[in-house]
Amino acid sequence: MEFLSYLINGLGLGSVYAIIALGYTMVYGIAKMLNFAHGDVIMIGAYVAFFALTGLGLPLIPAVLLAMLVCTAMGVIIERLAYKPLRQASSLAVLITAIGVSYFLQNGAQLLWSSSTKVFPAVISSGFFSLGSLSISYLTLITIAVCILVMAGLTLFVNRTKTGSAMRACSEDKGAATLMGINVNFIISVTFAIGSGLAAIASVLLCSTYPSVFPTLGAMPGIKAFTAAVFGGIGSIPGAFLGGLLLGVIEILAKAYISTQLSDAIVFAVLIVVLLIKPAGLLGRKMSEKV
Amino acid sequence: MKNGFVKKALAVLTAAVMTAALTACGGAAPAPAAQTSAEAGPAAEAAESAGGAIKIGGSGPLTGGAAVYGQAVKLAAEIAVEEINAKGGLQFELNFQDDAHDPEKAVTSYGVLKDWGMQVSLATVTSAPGAAVSQMYKDDNIFGITPSGSSLAVIYQDPDNAANPYGNVFQMCFTDPNQGVASADYFAGHPDLGSKIAVIYKNDDNYSSGIFAKFKAQAETNGLEIVYEGTFDDSNASDFSVQLTKAQAAEADIVYLPIYYDPASLILTQANQMGYAPTFFGTDGMDGILTLEGFDTSFAEGVYLLTPFSADADDDLTKNFVESYKARKGGEVPNQFAADAYDCVYAIAQACEAAGVTADMSASDICDALVKQFTSMTFAGLTGQSTWAESGEVSKSPKAVVIKDGVYVSAD
Repeated sequence: MEFLSYLINGLGLGSVYAIIALGYTMVYGIAKMLNFAHGDVIMIGAYVAFFALTGLGLPLIPAVLLAMLVCTAMGVIIERLAYKPLRQASSLAVLITAIGVSYFLQNGAQLLWSSSTKVFPAVISSGFFSLGSLSISYLTLITIAVCILVMAGLTLFVNRTKTGSAMRACSEDKGAATLMGINVNFIISVTFAIGSGLAAIASVLLCSTYPSVFPTLGAMPGIKAFTAAVFGGIGSIPGAFLGGLLLGVIEILAKAYISTQLSDAIVFAVLIVVLLIKPAGLLGRKMSEKV
Repeated sequence: MKNGFVKKALAVLTAAVMTAALTACGGAAPAPAAQTSAEAGPAAEAAESAGGAIKIGGSGPLTGGAAVYGQAVKLAAEIAVEEINAKGGLQFELNFQDDAHDPEKAVTSYGVLKDWGMQVSLATVTSAPGAAVSQMYKDDNIFGITPSGSSLAVIYQDPDNAANPYGNVFQMCFTDPNQGVASADYFAGHPDLGSKIAVIYKNDDNYSSGIFAKFKAQAETNGLEIVYEGTFDDSNASDFSVQLTKAQAAEADIVYLPIYYDPASLILTQANQMGYAPTFFGTDGMDGILTLEGFDTSFAEGVYLLTPFSADADDDLTKNFVESYKARKGGEVPNQFAADAYDCVYAIAQACEAAGVTADMSASDICDALVKQFTSMTFAGLTGQSTWAESGEVSKSPKAVVIKDGVYVSAD
């Protein structure tokens, strides 16, 4: 019973990592860059949703849509202003820029909204059901369900739509894609838009489960999600999904059965072992589509 | 090519993790951390202020994650100084520096304050910066009293053994171990609260692990049963499902939380989500949970905490202070840090008065006089009756309060 409860909680945590990891992996797959500001876009999404819910008094769905809208716009603007001018620069320069953007967003948020923690309102059903002597929150199940929906939707989009094909083409060979008449810059913008929109969904799920909103909120989940993306094979969408879920489950089980103090060390140890055996990550090598 | 890039990225990631950990540290460890205070100013500088006001220095986080504590202390100290000056008699002047809860910046602030001619000090608001400057207060023989630096490292050169006190750095708040002992005694005296205790503490934080260590020892002495010990740290400070599930599975009916209110709010919310309703019992770090923006205070209903100060007390002293604080802070109710700071200034004033300290005395002379006064006087303030040991440790009894209908109510 206890094990089942840990497993479900692990999948819930992993689902949030997975949705965030999608943002990292898609951008990497197409733009070949690591967008370290992704975690901070989540933070922005959390603040927007927080103010939409408490300040504007919007119901949940419009608040999430507003957060997605703002995050999508942020993602596109960040890409245009910070990354596009560096398209030809070395990947390290882009990486450092991404870290710079991350700090800019964190400190900007601190300036705008102060560093004190705000508590995210409980908008998603806070009920629970009993499992023997233990209890599981519905929220966890909703998180897992949303993650599966997002994955399915994204997979369909990438495989079945024209833009999706263009994205796959760009991830394989940008030069050839340009020759085929694909507007690579537009596709990169679309990728940032989708990744950032998903970040908004992740932020609402994250903050519903862990209702603290503060300027560095996105840092730790962002790093864990990036780890999940590498774990699953960066550039691969199913890899991000698998990596996220595994990371969440390993983290929770390590906490439960080994030590609450060592759980992160164990998670990263597993990552190192996986990368030693499969340097491209779990699903990284075989994936022909790098979207 | 690709793998090479990922490796580079991982290297950067490692750096980012470390930065994040540091940032998180600054954000989460702040409150009652440590403060040390030393006061005094070099003789020459003090002489310049002859006939003027006694210069009180102090530093605390006015920016950054712990800003809420520093700002509360600064404002409360300002209120106290204004009130004392308005009465005539000894005059004081306050200079409060920002240390951003950073030991290095606290050292810089100390230098700034010394240049300014500080004669007495509120030391630091938080513990880690306090531990960094206590030795300087000692070397310069400046008297300091920290409102909220609760770690032993603030007043002892050898905090692990509580030995070699600095001797001129005093505390207004309880030391961490005192709270652990007081909590265990409280449980022993109130068997109706429950008999199976689970503890969730933050193992990378001195405040939390310090209280826990003493609590555990005292719990053994008192024959209490601890059924589960769970920890978390900065990188894990959001998901408590495992700790709560374990506590629930161990049938704990008391969950002891010697942690700050931020993570505590998450624990209370998650316990509520999973329908687990033991008695939660916090320490002074829990103070502030009711003013957390957006927090559903119904989750904190029935939570016990140890605190020296209750803003709802109806004595005149508390009422007046709460009123002036609210008037200056947009209606915000003062927390325990504000009350401690207010008491610090009044305690300094009382001691200066009794010792005949004047503004033209050197910091070192003031220090000697104040140490003598503090170790012999009794001070009655917002946070109760205080007396001090030679080590600088305060002795006052923590009061247990329980949250009912969103306010603190004294528990028996």
